[in-house]
Amino acid sequence: MTQGALHEPHKPVNWVADVPEYKGILSWLTSVDHKQLGILYVMSALGFLVVGALLGLTIRLQLMFPMGHVVSQDSYNQIFTMHGTTMVFFVGMPLLFGFAVYLTPLMIGARDMAFPRLNAFGYWVYIFGAIMLYFSFLAGGGPAAGWFAYPPLSEKGYLFNSGQNYWALSLFVTGIGSVATGINLIVTILTMRAPGMTLKRVPLFVWMILMDAFLVVFSLPALNAALVMILFDRILNTKFFIATMGGSPLLWQHFFWFFGHPEVYILILPGWGAVSEVIPVFSRKVIFGAGVMAASTVAITFLSFGVWVHHMFTTGLGFAPLYIFAVTSLLIAVPTGIKVWTWLATMWGGKLRFTVAMLHAMAFIIQFTIGGLSGVGFAVIPIDWQLTDSYFVVAHFHYVLVGGMLFSLISGIYYWYPKVTGRMMSETLGLWQFWSFVIGFNGTFFVMHILGILGMPRRVWTYPLGMPGWAELNFFSSCCAFILVGSIFLFIYNLVWSFYHGKIAGANPWDAWTLEWLADSPPIAENFERVPVIRSRRPLWDLKYGSGGDGEDHHA
Amino acid sequence: MEISNADLTSIFNVVTSQNKWMVDLHMFTAAICTIIFMVVAGLLVAIIGKFKTSENDDGSEPKQVRGNVRLEIIWTAIPLLIVTVLGVLTAIVMLVVNPAVGSKKPDLIVVGHQWWWEYQYPKYGVTTANEFYLPLGQNSLVEVRSADVVHSFWVIAFGQKMDAIPGHPTNMWIHPTKKGLFLGTCSEYCGAQHGLMRIIANVVTPEDFETWIKAQAAIPVVSEDAKVLKGKELFNAATCVQCHRVAGNPDANALIGPDLTHLAQRKTIGAGVLENTPENLAKWVQNPQTFKPGINMPNMRLTDADAHSIAVYLESLK
Repeated sequence: MTQGALHEPHKPVNWVADVPEYKGILSWLTSVDHKQLGILYVMSALGFLVVGALLGLTIRLQLMFPMGHVVSQDSYNQIFTMHGTTMVFFVGMPLLFGFAVYLTPLMIGARDMAFPRLNAFGYWVYIFGAIMLYFSFLAGGGPAAGWFAYPPLSEKGYLFNSGQNYWALSLFVTGIGSVATGINLIVTILTMRAPGMTLKRVPLFVWMILMDAFLVVFSLPALNAALVMILFDRILNTKFFIATMGGSPLLWQHFFWFFGHPEVYILILPGWGAVSEVIPVFSRKVIFGAGVMAASTVAITFLSFGVWVHHMFTTGLGFAPLYIFAVTSLLIAVPTGIKVWTWLATMWGGKLRFTVAMLHAMAFIIQFTIGGLSGVGFAVIPIDWQLTDSYFVVAHFHYVLVGGMLFSLISGIYYWYPKVTGRMMSETLGLWQFWSFVIGFNGTFFVMHILGILGMPRRVWTYPLGMPGWAELNFFSSCCAFILVGSIFLFIYNLVWSFYHGKIAGANPWDAWTLEWLADSPPIAENFERVPVIRSRRPLWDLKYGSGGDGEDHHA
Repeated sequence: MEISNADLTSIFNVVTSQNKWMVDLHMFTAAICTIIFMVVAGLLVAIIGKFKTSENDDGSEPKQVRGNVRLEIIWTAIPLLIVTVLGVLTAIVMLVVNPAVGSKKPDLIVVGHQWWWEYQYPKYGVTTANEFYLPLGQNSLVEVRSADVVHSFWVIAFGQKMDAIPGHPTNMWIHPTKKGLFLGTCSEYCGAQHGLMRIIANVVTPEDFETWIKAQAAIPVVSEDAKVLKGKELFNAATCVQCHRVAGNPDANALIGPDLTHLAQRKTIGAGVLENTPENLAKWVQNPQTFKPGINMPNMRLTDADAHSIAVYLESLK
């Protein structure tokens, strides 16, 4: 405590004074507390993860054998559309918002988000949108145009059931909630930091959430605009995307990917943030090159708005327009690579503790590198011409989104679970879950690289007999998918088991150093009794070792 | 169906001069990526081996290293150099594979339909469906169009794929360097039967190509056999002609479904779903939904005898 004075956190207007105190389920339904909303977000996301995983497993069952017929082609098209939509909008987004709204105030020493009611609005709008989309199955069939919904296929002339309308409306509603939460996060991080916590001293997780929120606020409106146009086309007979009537199908592709590529970074940035906290703590070292890490995140945020046409390299736009986007897509690999080197350098020379959280972070590095390198391949346009829309792409983005995002956020859940619940997660169950996750994931998706090279296209209901290796590789992939889904169930079992039987954690079980570990586990209402003056990125390290322990940190 | 005499469907099977360039670039990029991956994985393995906290650790903290400017410059500069090289090579290969078209007219126009392919040879006035021919050793300009939704034209061993987008014709060059039968498939999701929208490409010598295209341009001779005439009558009466065209049959002029002139010369039915035999064709004509559920041709509700009769007529169109 050599840094002396502990300050009362700067006291904002009492925005929750008129909210009555409820107990039990009502306290959750009426909550504007960032911790309750964060937990709701993560639990909802995990619920939809199970749904999405079962949809994925159905896809794998249908493709297990050539000319298989587990589900009809019409159901299959709805299933893969809902698998993609669910995983991106109802698992990925809420999972990262859950992390963001739970941890951001704790990590910057605030009592809550800047706009608690807006926070609740974002969550309930998301749940409402998700339920509305699943309701479409009862209302005449789900959407069936893929999560990217290219017109004219998504126009009513080709898909005339109501599912596609539900799809557009649901994502529009959810998208408004996401923009609201994005604004909320930006304002919270910019205005509610503890005394002494300059923007250079916020934890890297918070920094990445800040960049993430900017991405959300600037990219989702493009999707929302396009969704309104397709809804108008379908319901009001406008012709935005109908070529024969003066519209353009390519217009949708530009709008969709102007959102869609930043979306990839929206999904992965919080995962990067999580491993940027996990790896230093379990290496007992300060992050290597924090400034470069922060700067490379800014570079990625900007560049990610200039790469969308790499989803359209086979649309024949001509040399110059395509080539510009090849250059930006190649460039974005550089700041991404810097992150991988930085994590490795942080571990180098440390004292590593192989907790389950750390194991997930290390598997993340390997798998994300594979996904990133195949991504570099796609930036080289002639390779994209060969492989785009084949199973190679399916392998590539599952390596980024499952091997990257999901592994890193599960690492984060193992790391922060003690803070949220007051109990440790079982490391024994965790080890079983980790290894089955690694085997199931790599088994399911690695072979898809080879399937793509052998010419298997994406989004196919079935495939003919006698194609080289297709039957064997698909069978192998489908078998491994069972292990992968089993691992997800084991993870959820661990979450529940540990809630009742886990070891009591205490405030700082990992001997970590960011501000959330100063709060009780679970944190009290409004988080902190007192917050120290922040003098570095590692306030608890300062409290432990004082200014003499590690002087340099204070200049950071 | 299984097409056993087809060449290997692999993007690394070099059968066009374009794919030669693309495969070379691919191999170069893959080699660089493999080296980078080995470095990352090797470092991680070394870290796991070297820096695991020992059993009798004294609890002290390791040295806190905040960064190293020289190292950070190196791991920014080397990747920059690599992507610069890749960027230059990308431009070269793009320009070689897809040079500007200028005012040149296409040799072949591919039109994607839900869920079959139409092939037009404008220089010969020939239109056919689902199977196409290209001459060996000639650089053919192919224009790709769509009649309905977005498709993508992809013969795997030819390397490049090209989207078929309504209102936005696209171009690609194909210069085959190997004779044979090559399989392809629609590779942009296009609805119910996207998975079974197969492509069959035949590369033949220029002489054989001339023979084939002349035969295609000719009007098929309909035999005077009573069975064939009966089939033709049924074909014209049973609403088939509302969608299909058969050159030489004045009642069959519609352009909605595949052109059936010279159907007997094709290897498959239904864009690669069934082998083209009279028995299969009769079953297909009776109810194609059994083989390709969701396609636009309905269950025709024909008797076995009528279906067989129509098949006999169509199989006479050589």
